[in-house]
Formats: sequence, structure tokens, C-alpha cells
Amino acid sequence: MITFKLNGKKVQGEEGQFILQVAEKYGVEIPTLCHHKGLEPAGMCRLCTVELFDGRRTRFVTACNYPIWEGMEVKTDTETVHEGRKLNVELLMARCPDIPVVKTLADQYGIEKPRFKIKDDTCILCGLCTRICQRMGNSAISLTGRGVEMKVDTPFHIQTEVCMACGACAFVCPTGHISLDKIKENISTQTVIKIPSEYDAGLKGRKPIYVPYAQAVPNMPAIDRTKCVHFKTDGCKICADFCPVGAIDHSQQDEIVELDVGSIVLAPGFDVFDPSRFDTYAYTQLPNVVTSLEFERILSATGPFSGHLVRPSDHKEPQKIGWLQCVGSRDLNRCDNAYCSSVCCMYAIKQTVIATEHSQNPLDCAVFYMDMRTHGKDFDKYYGNAEKQGVRFVRSRIHTISPVPGTDDVAVRYIEEDGTVKEEVFDMFVLSVGLEINQDIADLSKRIGIDLDEYRFTKTDSFHPVGTSVEGIYACGVFTGPKDIPQSVMEASASACAATEHLASARNTCTKILELPPERDVSSEPPKIGVFVCNCGINIGGVVKVPEVVQYAKTLPNVVYVEENLFSCSQDTQDKMSDIINQQGLNRVVVAACTPKTHEPLFQETLINAGLNKYLFEMANIRNHDSWVHANDPDAATEKAKDLIRMAVAKTNLLAPLKQTDLPVSHSALVIGGGIAGMTAAVSLAHQGYPVDLVEKSDALGGNALMLSKTAQNEDVGAFVEELIQTVNSEDRITLHTETTIGNVEGFVGNFKTELRNKEATQTIEHGVAVIATGAKEYKPVEYLYGKHDAVMTHLELDELFKKSDPRLDQTENVVFIQCVGSRDKERPYCSKVCCTHSVKSAIDFKKKNPNVNVAILYRDIRTYGKKEDLYRQAREAGVLFFSYSVDQKPEVTADGDHVVVEFTDRILNRKLAVKADILCLASAIESHWDHSMAQIFKVPLDSDGWLLEAHQKLRPVDFANDGIFLCGMAHYPKPIEESIAQAQAAAARAATVLALESIKVGGIVTDIRADLCSGCLGCINVCPYGAITFDAQKYVAEVNAALCKGCGACAAVCPSEAPALMGFNNNQLYAQIKSALNA
Amino acid sequence: MNEDRFEPKIIAFMCNWCAYGAADLAGVSRLSYPPNIRPIRVMCSATVSPHHILRAFQSGADGVLVGG
Repeated sequence: MITFKLNGKKVQGEEGQFILQVAEKYGVEIPTLCHHKGLEPAGMCRLCTVELFDGRRTRFVTACNYPIWEGMEVKTDTETVHEGRKLNVELLMARCPDIPVVKTLADQYGIEKPRFKIKDDTCILCGLCTRICQRMGNSAISLTGRGVEMKVDTPFHIQTEVCMACGACAFVCPTGHISLDKIKENISTQTVIKIPSEYDAGLKGRKPIYVPYAQAVPNMPAIDRTKCVHFKTDGCKICADFCPVGAIDHSQQDEIVELDVGSIVLAPGFDVFDPSRFDTYAYTQLPNVVTSLEFERILSATGPFSGHLVRPSDHKEPQKIGWLQCVGSRDLNRCDNAYCSSVCCMYAIKQTVIATEHSQNPLDCAVFYMDMRTHGKDFDKYYGNAEKQGVRFVRSRIHTISPVPGTDDVAVRYIEEDGTVKEEVFDMFVLSVGLEINQDIADLSKRIGIDLDEYRFTKTDSFHPVGTSVEGIYACGVFTGPKDIPQSVMEASASACAATEHLASARNTCTKILELPPERDVSSEPPKIGVFVCNCGINIGGVVKVPEVVQYAKTLPNVVYVEENLFSCSQDTQDKMSDIINQQGLNRVVVAACTPKTHEPLFQETLINAGLNKYLFEMANIRNHDSWVHANDPDAATEKAKDLIRMAVAKTNLLAPLKQTDLPVSHSALVIGGGIAGMTAAVSLAHQGYPVDLVEKSDALGGNALMLSKTAQNEDVGAFVEELIQTVNSEDRITLHTETTIGNVEGFVGNFKTELRNKEATQTIEHGVAVIATGAKEYKPVEYLYGKHDAVMTHLELDELFKKSDPRLDQTENVVFIQCVGSRDKERPYCSKVCCTHSVKSAIDFKKKNPNVNVAILYRDIRTYGKKEDLYRQAREAGVLFFSYSVDQKPEVTADGDHVVVEFTDRILNRKLAVKADILCLASAIESHWDHSMAQIFKVPLDSDGWLLEAHQKLRPVDFANDGIFLCGMAHYPKPIEESIAQAQAAAARAATVLALESIKVGGIVTDIRADLCSGCLGCINVCPYGAITFDAQKYVAEVNAALCKGCGACAAVCPSEAPALMGFNNNQLYAQIKSALNA
Repeated sequence: MNEDRFEPKIIAFMCNWCAYGAADLAGVSRLSYPPNIRPIRVMCSATVSPHHILRAFQSGADGVLVGG
């Protein structure tokens, strides 16, 4: 240690340090323009000149590169020092009069106009660029010339290939003298581009060290070895100098890790179609033609324009935006992606709605499409609402996208349905790009040996939707075919189910049991609070004055220990914190750091390891809610940090330990519904090792599938159902209850008691989970002469003919299908999802029987989504005729002897046509059983169309808000067999997560009702969304079932006598926080 | 906060599942807003009763924000 005097005060520094470093440590500000922590100091700008007294005389030295020595005396703000600096600034100002940093300095020193000859240079010759270039391991630029000739240049003033265009010089240049453009023009012969940010679809740049996106797991920066200069030149490594905890290790190598596993799940995802492959889309030529993924980023609050809707070329707010559907989808001729990408129609509609919301001005949105495929749950309603809001949906083919000379606008020419050619100009044009599987994934599949189809999706059959051609390897997500989030999430759970079925016997064989210290009883101790204030590196410490906050925290009531941490969440700090809790006898802990939403569980674990109840803990969010949002106001941020800690301490003083108790789980399942979904769920759960009671209200298993002939992939449904029924019958773990209904249901997750009623008796079973798979039914039409004429039939009735190979089919000459019978109308405003595929498939079957049969399909939108689009193409190739009709001009059917005449308006010819049909097949809707009683028994909701309503349509597609109850099959929404099976497997997987537990924990943050304060008004029972509160009529009080309570505290707010208290958030604790927030 | 100007003190009750997370995300996105609010995390905005709001005003708050 070296001790010396700095402005009269004794300070200390390490041997070899320079004056500037020590001054910085003690908060003494010395101005500098040429200093950089990662570079050797050079003393170039002379601004850091300070006065040094060496015991005999005073002289002037540059603080950045003058090493400290024992006993020296340094003064940084004497009049002579200021005079000297002022002269320096004046000289800089004369050289570079227009440079912002120089201007700011000139203002500070009160220089209006320099006394010297004014030049117009932009370089202050600080040498940062040349030094950093050297550190990068290149030395492509250096200071050339002498005296007034000195400048930054390449050797011989020619562009050099030595420069790798890393941009470090531009990054450190304080004046902007060096820019990327300048590197391109004067320095480098190599390509100069920003590294495109993958997350922002290339609309923004990123650094070689980056966190891929804000929610990345793990949320750690990574070094991109293909971009990092160190891996090219062996130089740089500045990041390692800056990292305060020495976490960066450039010597790390890739490792090959071998794992023994019983199954493999492939979820490699997809790429979006790259429209730059085809110049017709003008994507590379026109800056305001963007892909839908780019538009998604433009709309995002975390995107390149912070959610402000502007177009890329000139950041102008667009007033007119167009979308072109099916870019890279349904196109065999050019891109070989003949399939439908399934998701683009819906995301385009979503983008029109969100763009309209974001736009300051009224926005004109137009979507150019072939068929709107909004076949998912509630999607048609969303489509309808967008149309009502004024979004234009134009059924058309666009043939030209071109620039509008003199503007950045985009002109499109298209042909409408009736053949008219139109041209429209848009401010911005979005290409709704499709999904595809990239070559790397195809190569991986080849190595593993699984078969892919011609589009590189896995080959899966309808009955094993997540299976691949190799046993033990499963696939999910877009890899098995284009699909949206809900279906991907379902398949993810389904593949987890399939992958673990044959591993059930190995469950828990590799687990270790964590040993925890006994919990200390702190009930008789007065509060002894420890406060740990985190710097989070510089995330908090760079804004909030942490030492000041630490001093403040020491003054708060019952705070006995305060410590400052660099990173509170690091493992060593956790261990230390645990020791401190024990040494200091702390019985409550406050951590002032980031957000409890990510870090509370971690710190609670530390408390548990120290023998404290985990609820004796509170966080003060001084990062996300403070330093990060008030970075420009350190004083206010510091005050707010003090307030937040004071509030946390006030609450912590009133915290009490909360109990969690273990309730044993009944390791069996109840599955309701004996269709394909119910049977699949039952068989999957049985294979997972759990007993299942399978309840079917009719006398036979099979459900709707009994009436189906073939799947879209031409597999025999009958044979599959037969096999599945046999599996159910032969599976020991499944108890089958036919002709049985559900009576009363009591209990909660892990502990249900349910009455099963049949003709003879009622029995009560105990089960841990329930899966509802009660299915749906075919709508029996009242229109189009159905039931009045033999030629008119529904899909299921037609399938019956196909199953029997009915001779009537051979005599048929003319067949007509009418789509959307009972679907997408006022009564059933949803799409039944399966009918387009079914009609198209049946039409092909007719043509296969006899190519001379005339088949016509009258449709509104053909929704053969995903790989099913192949069928649509095959049908057209086979000569099946497709006529679109509009909902206000429906076809008309009249009887004509054994035939019916179907009259409709062809929209291309714009005239009426009539077909005399032997068979008229109505693609009738699938409708809900509207089983309110079932929904009520299990306290699960039905939506307005009668479908069971899942907990979250995208993220929890087979769960209910009530724990322990799951859904699958058509009771959720109409769907084809492969989706029902995937959903059933998903429900089984989700159910198994409960059944695999020995016990469930209840308690913690739940409500407790004080019986002595309860007046029995039932107010709490009425507001509880979880049915967790019951009324004890004898005691005349409301009681909470802790297993059902989700801890929302709605009951506490509504009670007039404050009888319910949400533990951990009770009124006194909240009042304490309120009071302390406002009274320092 | 600047002492010369009126700077309101605002108590913000924030639902753990939405508004509190949104405020976290504002931080992650490095958005900037005035430092006048003092957030109180609650497990649902439904648990905020008129008592809490009145108590805040009684204790000197100039405004109350319930985010849920």
C-alpha cells in the first residue's frame, strides 16, 4: 500500500497504480478525454494535468500515467491546474470547434471563443483509436506524421486488409472522428457491417458479447466466438479486465458430454421463410417491405423502435400498411413449400389489430389472402372483430410489388376475384412468411436416423402424433408439421408423456434427497433484521449510491446487520449470507437487489439453509424499479432506494413464519369420456404406472371415432379404435365403468372423492387427478333438405357408406359438398376445423373410385391447414371443382326426384350455376354437448360456444385454473384425431406431474379467516374465484381450504370486519409499508 | 427529487402477476419514468381495498395507482 495526500487528504493506493485510478476510487473527479480503463494510459490530451509536490518543488504531471509513490502530495483543483486545463481546452476548441465533448468542456471553463486560429478538425489526437487497435491485435491504424502533420492513418494512407472492421476505434472515439462509414471508406478493405441482432430480426445491431434476448434462459451473456476479435487475433480481452468478478474465461473449450438416456425428444423449432430468395417480393430492394417477423419486432416494446410504429426507411409513421399472405407457403412452383404454414393468417390479423392500437393516426390495414385460415379456438371471432374494426381482407393474387419513384412507398398490383386489376400504394408492406425446417435439422435427423417427409417435417402417423420412425425418439412443435403455440405446447407435453411411458419403472431412481437443517423457532425473539444491499455489479451500484444506502439502512428499526454485496445472488454470497444469519442470530432478512419475481425463491432457499422460515424474508426492488429506470437521476434513485428499503424493513418487522403442510396424494386418476381422447389419456396414465378409473356414459367405448372411416393420411380409423379398446380392456391398471355418470365431486388436487353412478349403484372413488374428455357431437342440420331427402347426408353418414363400401357410392355420378353448415354462423361463430379436410379427402376418395364422378365443393375458405394442404392440391389435380360462396349468398337446395339440385353463384363467372347431385354431403358443424352439470360438478368454466375453457389458451392448453383437473379432445374444441391424441397425451403428462408427487404442499401465502371476527355475511365466498371458502353453518363462520386458496386476497379486501388475512400480505403489513413509504 | 418544485408522492399497488412484472420489464427494457412512485407488491389487485387507498392518502400520498 502506498499512502499519499490527495487534495490535502490521506489516501491509499496499490503499488503501480496511477494518480487517476486512486482519485477515481476516492470520488475525486479529474477530467480526461484520452483515458480508457482497458488501455495503457498515454497522457495525450493533457486534460488530467494535476499539481504534484514532491517535497522540494511543485510540478505538473498527467494523472492518467503518473505512478503514485509514498509521501507525494497531489492537488487536482488549484487555480494553476484550472488555468492549465482551460488553456488545453481552448487549444482543443480552436482545433475542433464543432465537437460536442469539446464544446461541453469549453462551456464548463467559460470559453466562448478561442484566442487561436480556428480550424475545422474533428480529431483531437487522443490516440484512443490507435491504442485500442493495437490491443485488438491489429495495429491497422497508427498516429502518423509529426507535429502539426500528426494524424490517425493507415500505413501509406491506403485502405488495408489488416483492419478487420471490428469497429473498436469508432466505439472508443470520443469525438466521432472515426465512424463505421469512415472505416468503410478510408481504413478497411473488408466488409463493414453491424452484427445483426438475431432477436430483432436484423433490424438492430448487437455486440459480440450479448444476451440473446431479455428472457433468455440462462440469462447470461455469451461470447459469439465467430465475431469476437480475441478469437481472431488473440488480442483484446478487454471484457475480462472490466468484469468485476473475473467471470470471463476465454480459454473455455467446447465439451462433448455423453449422457445415458432412455428416450430422446426432438424440439428443434423452425426457421421463417427467407423472401430474399425471390426478387418478386422486392424484399431486398425496398426497405419498407418487411417480413412479418421484422414487423413483430417493430411492434414490440423491446424492439428496435421501442414499440413505436414507424417504417424502417425514414422512421415515418405509416398510415397505410398491407400484408401479403402465403409468402413461402402453399407454393409448390417456386419455393417447394406446398404446405400451409398454419399460423400466418392468425398472426397477420393480430398484427393488424396491434398495429392499429399502436398507431397514433387512423391506420388503413389491408390483408391480401387466398383463404383466411382462422381455424383455432376463438380465432374466427378475432377475425370478425378485426373486420369490424375496419381491417380490409382482400381475396386476391398480388403479381407485382414495386417502388413508387421519389418516395419510399410500396406499390402493389393485384387481381381481385372478379378479374379486375387494381393498384394500391402502401407506406409499408409486410410479407407473412411461412415456417420451414432448416438443413441443419434435416442433417441431424439423418444422423439420428429418423425419417422426414419431402418438406423435412418428421414422418408421423395420425395415431402417434409425437412418434418418429425410430422407437424411443419423439418429436414435437413445428418439426412434426407447421403449428401454432397452443398445439406446440400440447405436443411438448405429449412427447414428454410418450417419452416417459416406457421409463415409468425408472422414475425417481436417480433422485437425491436434499437434507435441510431444522427450522429455528423465532417466535419468542424480538425482530433482528439483516439487510443485504446488492450492487448487482454496476447495474445498481452504477446509479444508486450503495454505501450511502447501506449507512441509511443501519438506522432503521430492528436492523442489526447491514452488508453491501457485489452480486448477492452468486453462490459464494449465498453461503456467506447463510453464515451471517447464523453468526448474527438474524431472524428476518431483507435483500435490496433485483425483483422477487426471479430471485425470491433463491434467497428463500438461503434462509431455509440457515434454519429460518422462508417467509421471514422481503425484497426491496432497487434495480428493476429503481436504478434501471432512473439511471439519469442518481440522487433521486438513491433516495428511492432508501425508501424502498425502509418500506421493506417496516413490513419485515411484522412478518411471521408461515407454515406449509404436506398432504398425501392419491396416486390414481379419473378419466371421463371413452372416446379416442379419453382412452388415450387413460392408457398413457396406466403406462405411467397409475391406476385409472375410466368412465363412459354410453355402453361402449370409441365415441365419434366409431363412425369415422379414414384419417386425412388415409389410415383406417376403425382398426385403430378397435386396437385402442383392446388395450384399454387388457390393461390391468384401468378400471372401466360404462353406462356410468359422475355424481358429486369433493376435494382438491391430489385428494378428490367422486361419486360414480350407474343403473345399479353409486360408488365413491378417491383419485388425485381428473381428466375431462367428454367430447362433442355432430350438428344435425336443419337446412339444405337434411332429413327430408335421401341424397342429403352429413360427413359421418357419408363415412358410414365408405366404411360399408356401400354400392350406392359406385352408382354416384355427381357429388356436391357444402362447407360450413352450421359453422361460422351466428349460432356457432366458430370454425369446426376438420370439415374442409374431411370433404377434400372424401372428394379424392370419390375420384379414386371413379375418376369420372363430378365432385364440387362449395366453400367459404378452404382450411386444409398444415400438411393437409397436399390433399387440397391432390383434389384439384384429380379434377375436383371448388366454388367459393359468401355467407350472404348461401347455396340453395331443391329436391328433384332421387336427386337434389344445388344452386349457387359462381363468384368468378358471377353467374348462377346448378348441379344435380346424387349425393349432397353437408360439412356439418361439431357442437358442444353443453354439459353444464359436468362443468359445475368440477367447477370448471365453459366458454360462450360451449367448449371447456382452459387455464390459458396458449401456455396452459390442457390445464384448468383449478389444479388437478385437465382436459383433452373435442370437449376443448373440434379437432382431428391426431390433435385429440396429442392433447390426451399432454393431459396425461400434466396429470402425471401431480401423481408423481408423494405429497403436495399447502399453506404459505394463503388466507386465514379469524372466526371471532367473521359475521357470516358470505361476502368472501362470493368473491373467491377458486371456490376455496366454504361456510360452516353450525359455527356460522366462513372457512378457507388452504389447498384450494391461491392467495389472491380478494376476500380480505371485501370483508367489512377484516376477518380474512392474506398471510404474508396482511393489512398491518401493507399499512406499515404505506406509512413508511410516506414518512422518512 | 428537486425541492423547489412540487413532486407528488405516489403509492403504487402492483399485482405480482401482471403490473409488478410489467414494472420489472420496464426496468429490463431500460425505460425511464419519474422517480415519484413507491411500489407495494400485492398478490392480486383484488386485495387492495378502499382502506389501503384511504390509508395512503391519510399518510400523505398525493396519488394512488392500482396496477392489476
